[in-house]
Amino acid sequence: MIEIRFHGRGGQGAVIASRLLAEAAFIEGKDVQAFPFFGVERRGAPVTAFTKVDDRPIRVKSMIYEPDYVIVLDTALLEYINVGEGLKDDGRILINAPAAMAAEYKKKLGATVDVVDGTGIALEHGLGSRESPIVNTSMVGAFAKTGVVSIESVAEAVKRQVKRKVEPNIQAARDAFDMVEMEVAE
Amino acid sequence: MRKVITGNHAAAYGAKLSRPGVIAAYPITPQTTVVEYIADFIADGELDCKFIKVESEHSAMSACISAQNTGVRSFTASSAHGLALMHEMLMWAAAARLPIVMVNINRAMGPPWSIWADHQDSIAQRDTGWMQIYCENNQEVLDTTIMSYRVSESSDILMPSMLTEDAFYLSHTVEPVDIPDQELVDEFLPSYEPRYKLDVDEPYGFGSLVMPDNFLEFRYLMAKAYDTAKERIVEVDREFEKTFGRSYGGLVEHYRTEDADYLLVASGTNSSTTREVVDQLRNEGEKVGMARVRVFRPFPVDDVRALAKGVKAIGVIDRTYTYGAFGPFYTEILAALYGQEERPLLKNYLVGIGGRDVRPRDIRDVYKNLVKVSREGLDEEMTWHGLVGPGGDA
Repeated sequence: MIEIRFHGRGGQGAVIASRLLAEAAFIEGKDVQAFPFFGVERRGAPVTAFTKVDDRPIRVKSMIYEPDYVIVLDTALLEYINVGEGLKDDGRILINAPAAMAAEYKKKLGATVDVVDGTGIALEHGLGSRESPIVNTSMVGAFAKTGVVSIESVAEAVKRQVKRKVEPNIQAARDAFDMVEMEVAE
Repeated sequence: MRKVITGNHAAAYGAKLSRPGVIAAYPITPQTTVVEYIADFIADGELDCKFIKVESEHSAMSACISAQNTGVRSFTASSAHGLALMHEMLMWAAAARLPIVMVNINRAMGPPWSIWADHQDSIAQRDTGWMQIYCENNQEVLDTTIMSYRVSESSDILMPSMLTEDAFYLSHTVEPVDIPDQELVDEFLPSYEPRYKLDVDEPYGFGSLVMPDNFLEFRYLMAKAYDTAKERIVEVDREFEKTFGRSYGGLVEHYRTEDADYLLVASGTNSSTTREVVDQLRNEGEKVGMARVRVFRPFPVDDVRALAKGVKAIGVIDRTYTYGAFGPFYTEILAALYGQEERPLLKNYLVGIGGRDVRPRDIRDVYKNLVKVSREGLDEEMTWHGLVGPGGDA
């Protein structure tokens, strides 16, 4: 089973991101589960969401404690949330940040870190506002670079699940996929 | 068609496919999205149904009762405090023999306020006369909604059904769910044609006063209906499998119970995680199985007695505690086994109360303890698993 944990803030689309990723894996014939941390939803508050992907039926209903991947939608969270908590030894963290920040975050988190400018990409495609960019489709697109799902499946998942600005969201996912530079794991 | 949807969406699909004529519901977390999805179906013209807006759950159930009395199939959904507010009308619906189907999202009762998974809300409605089916996954929620109408509306049963989903673990979690074709559902579930209904052309009286020389018989007839329901739930489950290719074991689902020395009894989503742990333990050579008690009312007494044969110990996992006693599933199983010649050691584990996350290691701990007490004798009859702070381990 591959387990992915999303960290975002209310309004950025972390829950939808977890569902998009599940849908993309489902399109590829996998069993999937996606759910938010069962909290009380508030705009701006930290949000955690989870996606599980497996070739066989997923039966464990608990949350994810030892993720294979972590996706961070907002770097402000890094100051007060240990996003790398429980990350598997060969796990990776994908962060929404400019490329220049990669080295700093890698040092801070002591893990394999990939970055992509999800905010820049989202704004370029008119997704959300500067104060509140909606980066979920960009981040899931970039995540496809891991090979857990294909970018084509992500595009199809966006078509199925996103109701507004479908094309800009797909394009944002594709741009992020093209732009992300995945660090080669040591 | 397979879609990746939440348990609440699955419940809404189950309702839609069952073609109710009236839906009345009042929103409450974590049930709210059931109502929203149904509103979408109606607004999009996919469901031809009268949605009655009400000011409370008591009124929601009253509206369903009224609709059903006029011969119209009805549906509702609620949770926790909303379900509690329905209590009086739940009693009425059952004793008036109205086969209403509702989905309850299992949530803890406050105070302290909690919106998380716990079976206290539906267990507190145990004696209202509603059948109770505890679902394990989103597919089962959809399928059981359809099956429940078949069972409830049987002319020799005519009792309402409440199926439940654990808050968030099903209600807000997406999983792949097969949404059956409407034509197949229509074949499986014919339209609702009650023999007696409010009809000006053929008048009958309903809900009138009876003297003590009749009341007993009314209750006896309900008891007989419940006996029939035990068989019918199993039959309908089998028929459902023939049409849709899925079955849920009827009253009690046995999972790797063959030759098991130890049995874990679970319900709701706890059984899903337990299933995984049973596989792990079997791979490690442990002789353990799981019995998922799916139907709590009518309680499957005979099945439980059969299960206990040849087993060393049974650990009953409950997701709520009944004040001053034990977990509700444990109490029922204990009662069912009294008087049996073969009585394995029985122990109650309270696991996941108030939405405490249940991990595979929690179920493993339960199993380890069960083996231990089976060898060394009972340490305590009921364990509050994971207790921290006062009285706990940490």
